[in-house]
Amino acid sequence: MSEPDNTILRLPDQSTARVPKKNFITAEDGLLSWLLTGDHKRIAMLYLISITVFFFIGGAFAGLIRLELLTPQPDLVASDTYNKFFTMHGVIMVFLFLVPSVPATLGNFLMPIMLGARDLAFPKINLLSWYLYVVGGIMVLTTMVLGGVDTGWTFTTPLSTHYLNTHVVTTGLAVFVAGFSSIFTGLNFIVTIHRMRCPGMTWFRMPLFVWSHYAASILMVLGTPVLAIAIVLVMLERLFGIGVFDPTKGGDPLLFQHLFWFYSHPAVYIMILPGMGVISEVISTFSRKRVFGYTAVAFSSVAIALFGFFVWEHHMFIMGVSNYSALVFSLLTMLVAVPSAIKIFNWSFTLQQGSITFETPMLYAFGFMGLFTIGGLTGVYLGSLGMDIHLTETYFIVAHFHFVMVGGMLMAFLAGVHFWWPKMTGRMYPETLSKMAAVITFIGFNLTFLPQFILGYLGMPRRYHAYPPEFQILNVLSTAGATVLGIGYMLPILYLAWSLKYGPVAGDNPWQATGLEWQIQSPPLTENFTEIPIMDHEAYDYDWLEHKTKPEVTTVG
Amino acid sequence: MDNATATSETVMEHEAHEHVYVPQHRHHFETEQQQREAGSFGMWLFLLTEIMFFGGLFFAYLLYRNWYYDAFVAASNQLSVPLGGANTAILITSGFFMALAVWAAEVRKKQMLVWTLVFTTLFGIAFIGIKYVEYKEKWEKHHIPGASFDVSEFINPPIDAKTGKPSQNPLPPDVAQHTQIFFFLYFAMTGMHALHMIIGIGLLFWLIGRAQRGDFSAGYVAPIENFGLYWHFVDIVWLFLFPLLYLINRHPLAH
Repeated sequence: MSEPDNTILRLPDQSTARVPKKNFITAEDGLLSWLLTGDHKRIAMLYLISITVFFFIGGAFAGLIRLELLTPQPDLVASDTYNKFFTMHGVIMVFLFLVPSVPATLGNFLMPIMLGARDLAFPKINLLSWYLYVVGGIMVLTTMVLGGVDTGWTFTTPLSTHYLNTHVVTTGLAVFVAGFSSIFTGLNFIVTIHRMRCPGMTWFRMPLFVWSHYAASILMVLGTPVLAIAIVLVMLERLFGIGVFDPTKGGDPLLFQHLFWFYSHPAVYIMILPGMGVISEVISTFSRKRVFGYTAVAFSSVAIALFGFFVWEHHMFIMGVSNYSALVFSLLTMLVAVPSAIKIFNWSFTLQQGSITFETPMLYAFGFMGLFTIGGLTGVYLGSLGMDIHLTETYFIVAHFHFVMVGGMLMAFLAGVHFWWPKMTGRMYPETLSKMAAVITFIGFNLTFLPQFILGYLGMPRRYHAYPPEFQILNVLSTAGATVLGIGYMLPILYLAWSLKYGPVAGDNPWQATGLEWQIQSPPLTENFTEIPIMDHEAYDYDWLEHKTKPEVTTVG
Repeated sequence: MDNATATSETVMEHEAHEHVYVPQHRHHFETEQQQREAGSFGMWLFLLTEIMFFGGLFFAYLLYRNWYYDAFVAASNQLSVPLGGANTAILITSGFFMALAVWAAEVRKKQMLVWTLVFTTLFGIAFIGIKYVEYKEKWEKHHIPGASFDVSEFINPPIDAKTGKPSQNPLPPDVAQHTQIFFFLYFAMTGMHALHMIIGIGLLFWLIGRAQRGDFSAGYVAPIENFGLYWHFVDIVWLFLFPLLYLINRHPLAH
């Protein structure tokens, strides 16, 4: 604490402080006690480990893709192999990392605590969801070992049903299984929010993290089954040639697109909404202010979930859909920008006249706000029909969704992991190093993906492993950026692992935050609360926190 | 309990039962009622996901029925309305016994609960049996979509012995090809439904075993209640499938 004015971080006196002996990690010993646990915090930890593994596998594929694109010639891998690379990258990152990233880890850990409950409504179903995730993940790895799949993560028909001889069925089954894991997570969250809130926890006293998870859960529960049936139909078409997507038998390949994107567009909101919840918590804590326009931010999450179901056709503008429906879907697509903008503006107003400090989670949150805004606005570009015809299937699209998914969601995920790390483990990570990692990630990200906007605008198509030589400079920049980005992602895993043993003891509330999760010990007890709390104040009430801590300070003094 | 009427005693007795401690109460729920509400709410949400799952198939049906109406009518006439009708009746009966079972569990009549569950199961199995007869007929006629699918019956319908005319309008070969889409949807939708029935029957055996042990005779009825929701949902899916698949020629589109 050399500069106490520049940080709100308050760690207990390290000479006396200890991590509590009794907590959810030490409650039981042995591998089986983890594999058969019903504790939402332990399941969150299991998820955290498994999604990190898959993140680095998916990241390795991204590295290989960028390496191939370093030169215009197809010199590193054959074209088929390249197709398998980007397919694996997509499948792993979308279904095994982004969808479960925040909800299954941070959400699982925090949701019951934030609501003042002892656990999620269905602990066994929660554990089942992790096992389904693992089975899905192992199936994806099996596909990889058997020789891969090259449909792209979208399984587009008739490519996936008639023209490929790779492991579409295994991958499809993996996605199907992983989908049910996500359905069960969503179902658990919705029931918990409706039925398990503690006394006094009204809907409008819930943290915005909970609201955004509620919206994402609705999408998981309503969208994922449609993906499931679409995948089942692809598998049946491949295995038995039943003709439902085969034009020669009267089937319609566009039907697959409708079914697939009916899930997969809302899926991007499944990925981003929980991240937005993290940002709300972080921005409020590090500007010492209640989130500006709490109600508007809460409802904007629900609005995004609602609008999100009615925009799927914008993935199909060039596929021969009716012009009139394209017009309507274009308009609806632009409407989604409104609730997203409400969030960005409200966070900005939260910052205004706040006592802002720049701890690591806040740096990631700033990264999120900037990058998500660029990603979101380019989405409005792509939603307009004329622009879409020029830009679709180019690197502009790739850059757009990476700005939202990686620049947005991954930044939010890292913000959240850093923010709640002291709560989850009871230990603090090294502050300077982590700030450095946040800055490296931001620089690396922009270096990787800004050139891709230009590449796409100039007409470089996605999914090819060779390109005209005039595009090389921008591609080299992008590959160089990916290297920096890779370092930015390696750093946290190293110092976070280090902090598990050597990090300073964090204490109950290192950030002086208001959430219920900060009022209990870190790491929490298995039952979370010694007695069920009574919520007698609004969310983000910093006055309440001050009054609460004052008497304690005087007695100690 | 301020107005002491004749019923107040029974009310108190009833409430005392409500608050009785059940061993199935899970530690993370504050009250037993919260646990029961959470369980049934979760079940409703699960059924919502099921609706969305079947919804994809219904959407496909809607699309292709509009595109290939003639082929759908011809193919639909291959299905046996008496068998489908019988199955509808059987399923409704099974649902009736399930409803009785839920009631029996609530009033804690153990023997009645076991027997109604047994009847629910028997009618469920009867449904699957009739479905098997129907599927077998399609197999013999080569009406299963795929490589061995045969459209000859739609191009050259068998001659009706009485009138000496084809039993239904012959379809041109390209239109007849579209009957395959109908049969695929028929098998996908009824097959998915039958799969849900089979899972349900499996669960019923488990519930019968537990009911026999007396698990649901002491105020803990959540599994019976929630399974009832599931079983009725499967019934309702059939009530949509039957008219869509079997009866579409009863009211032909004007064209």
